[in-house]
Amino acid sequence: MLSIALIIAITLVCAALLLSLLRLLIGPDEPDRVLALDTLYINTIALLVLLGILLDSDLYFEAALLIAMMGFVGTVALCKYLLRGDIIE
Amino acid sequence: MTGRVLPHPLLTVALAAIWLLLVNSFTLGQGLLGLLLGWLIPFFTQRFWPERVRIARPWWLFFFLLKVLWDILVANVTVAALILAGPRAMRPAFVSVPLDLRTDLAIGILANTISLTPGTLSAQLSPDRRSLIVHGLRVEDPELLASEIKARYERPLIQIFEPPC
Amino acid sequence: MTEIAVSVLVVVGALFTFIGSLGLARLKDFYTRLHGPTKATTLGVGALLVASVIHFSSGEDMPSLHELLVTLFLFITAPVSALMLAKAALHLRVRSAASLLSGTDDDADAGEQSG
Repeated sequence: MLSIALIIAITLVCAALLLSLLRLLIGPDEPDRVLALDTLYINTIALLVLLGILLDSDLYFEAALLIAMMGFVGTVALCKYLLRGDIIE
Repeated sequence: MTGRVLPHPLLTVALAAIWLLLVNSFTLGQGLLGLLLGWLIPFFTQRFWPERVRIARPWWLFFFLLKVLWDILVANVTVAALILAGPRAMRPAFVSVPLDLRTDLAIGILANTISLTPGTLSAQLSPDRRSLIVHGLRVEDPELLASEIKARYERPLIQIFEPPC
Repeated sequence: MTEIAVSVLVVVGALFTFIGSLGLARLKDFYTRLHGPTKATTLGVGALLVASVIHFSSGEDMPSLHELLVTLFLFITAPVSALMLAKAALHLRVRSAASLLSGTDDDADAGEQSG
């Protein structure tokens, strides 16, 4: 039962990844692309967690935590760039 | 006083809890190590935390968090239904909510709460910190939305962080 | 019993993640698109992480709670990045379906401390 649920879930998350990628490609404005990147990394965390449950391995947790932290920092840095035109003054 | 030796007691407890979650083992030794780190880190980074956080009514904060958590669950079902219904079902609008809160932390918590709850998203704080611009996904009456936010989230936060003495 | 709970949480979480991205791809203007990822995706990933907690805790004598750290982190950071994105979009005057209020586009440095 769990394996069927996991297959459904992984399919849904992959579809979500494709939709975010679509938004990343068509834009049309810069904030749209940054938002798409933000959504992409959160979807990646979802995929990693599902993979961890599927393979019954605890190792993917560290990767998920690191992606969460780095992704947030990246989004904030990109927003600062959009607001000011440069990151380090 | 505890001012110099233990600058931020709340931060110490929070860091110890995060340490326990990070190492994922709940033993006495790890707890002590967590408390040591929770004491050393605020001690050496004091300059970054000039203000000391005051919570006047901790229990109210707890109930407030429970209420927000419940609202987040309800909000997500609402937003999911709106997204599935498509763009035609929406009536987006910007609403300006006047603020009575003054401390940075309380305003930050209010902005985050608004972002996580039903169909609203805080977009910008005005330069004088007197009002918050909120974007709503389906706004029938802007006045009603603003007064709802003030009654539901701002009033408890005033009670928790800035009680009228 | 735990298997059923984990299965339900996994499917519900993935469904919310999908709906969030669907909102991102489908809605008409930037500010409405911002709602999908900040709410639905955050809750979806939160549900998946709770499923992971239940899955790894069952049958062990010590609960495995460290996934809660990622959940907590996401719930704190998602509104902050949404606020930053909205501010950047207002600053760049991104087209909006709703009429903008006056005074929304001011100096980018105003209100910096609020996050």
